[in-house]
Amino acid sequence: MSINGMAYIVGAYEHPTRKAPDKSVAQLHAEVALGALADAGLSKDDVDGYFCGGDAPGTGPLSLVEYMNLKVRHADSTNIGGSSYILHVNHAAQAIAAGKCDVALITLAGRPRSESLQKGPPQRTDNPVQPDFPWEQAFGMTTLNAYAMCAMRHMHEFGTTSDQLAWVKVAASHHAQHNPNAMLRDVVTVEDVANSPVVADPLRRLDCCVISDGGGAVIVTRPEIARSLKRPLVKVRGAGEAIKHLSGGDVDLTYSAGARSGPLAFTEAGLKPTDIKYVSLYDSFTMTVIIQLEDLGFCRKGEGGRFVADGNLISGVGRLPFNTDGGGLCNNHPNHRGGMTKIIEAVRQLRGEAHPAVQVANCDLALAHGTGGLLGTRHGSATLIMERE
Amino acid sequence: MSVLSSSLHHHPETQPFWSALGERRFLFKACRGCGRAHWYPRAICPFCDSPDTEWRNASGRGVIYSYSIMRVAKPPYAIAYVTLEEGPTMMTNIVDSDLEAIAIGKPVEVAIRKTTDDESLPMFKLA
Repeated sequence: MSINGMAYIVGAYEHPTRKAPDKSVAQLHAEVALGALADAGLSKDDVDGYFCGGDAPGTGPLSLVEYMNLKVRHADSTNIGGSSYILHVNHAAQAIAAGKCDVALITLAGRPRSESLQKGPPQRTDNPVQPDFPWEQAFGMTTLNAYAMCAMRHMHEFGTTSDQLAWVKVAASHHAQHNPNAMLRDVVTVEDVANSPVVADPLRRLDCCVISDGGGAVIVTRPEIARSLKRPLVKVRGAGEAIKHLSGGDVDLTYSAGARSGPLAFTEAGLKPTDIKYVSLYDSFTMTVIIQLEDLGFCRKGEGGRFVADGNLISGVGRLPFNTDGGGLCNNHPNHRGGMTKIIEAVRQLRGEAHPAVQVANCDLALAHGTGGLLGTRHGSATLIMERE
Repeated sequence: MSVLSSSLHHHPETQPFWSALGERRFLFKACRGCGRAHWYPRAICPFCDSPDTEWRNASGRGVIYSYSIMRVAKPPYAIAYVTLEEGPTMMTNIVDSDLEAIAIGKPVEVAIRKTTDDESLPMFKLA
């Protein structure tokens, strides 16, 4: 069964905090949930489906449904890292289409900045049962050098340059200057990125996303309920998900699972990349964006570096505006998980509620895409295509 | 306790690899069913699902597929993917080498490195 037209995103809320030393993780989840419900014009009692990812404290939905005192008949906590929430919209739409719930709440929240987890996502040293554990963690693999090895290989095969990577950051910073909540609001140049220190070759400090507390939530519901609410209609047109890994040693670091999730989403939506007016792309690192652009078909494999150069991702300047909230590179990356904020900014664009300086004219079709986990070893990709009706 | 020692007792299927490495022998797993080598070693072939996999002695030679120098670490270290002569590509470290001389495509050879008194890891050095 296709989900095209079966569900709408009617509520979206991004927590304004970037540092929350005095709040618990569960409290942040509840605050974003209530924010999204208020945005939709719904109440907590309307929620009968709940979705969360690996950031949820305790036993996922069991702990948070109890904390928020929800009464749900459907729950799902599929965890594909930071892109989980984009996948959750797909799963919520499927559940709604199957009659398993009517109003689905999806939340993300965390406070790694307050908890001083400055080194990025946990390196999973707490799970020695994981079969790959002795073959990866023992060599000092971190998020940083795992993504860096993808960038190094991409540069080797396709001639992608550090200056091209820098253009992704430059575009994000041009957008972030208009976002009062963004952590980094200074517009940077290619030279600024080039002059920032190398952290793990070939990635520099400004190729990396920020570390922030916060979170976000979205509400997905069936068409009849969506039409009864007084909010602009954002229809789910298509979605795709895929998992990529090291394939038993048959390694190719130049592409992501987006090469499979993207075509699934476009086929379901009955659309092609040139139809899309705005993209939210997971920008854990600048290279992540370049690989995703290629895999989703916005340019050919290997041409992502040239595609992003000269401001092509800047709203009002380039032909494919991206991450107009400043993205993970400049705005926020709550709990090291950027998927939720990618949906929220796409919803803002489709509603015409983005900052006027970055609002894309006639933005009727948008795509949100994430790569969760580790790009260089195993990760899940989720693609979501939405339409303003 | 090292990262390695905290994990090995969970993985009896790969104990022969670590035991051999302690004797300075570098093994890999290949499948008698489809003939292909894989990495990391598994009891069941990830390509054809055959349980008829066997340990073989690796040549210890390979080439660098990708790498990164972790500059923020003190001291900096090199992580890499090395494609073994036998076929599979594995994550490892490049050691005993000039970090600035590391490059994709360069030949390497195994350099079994003791990490604790009773643990070793399969690392590589520029050939």
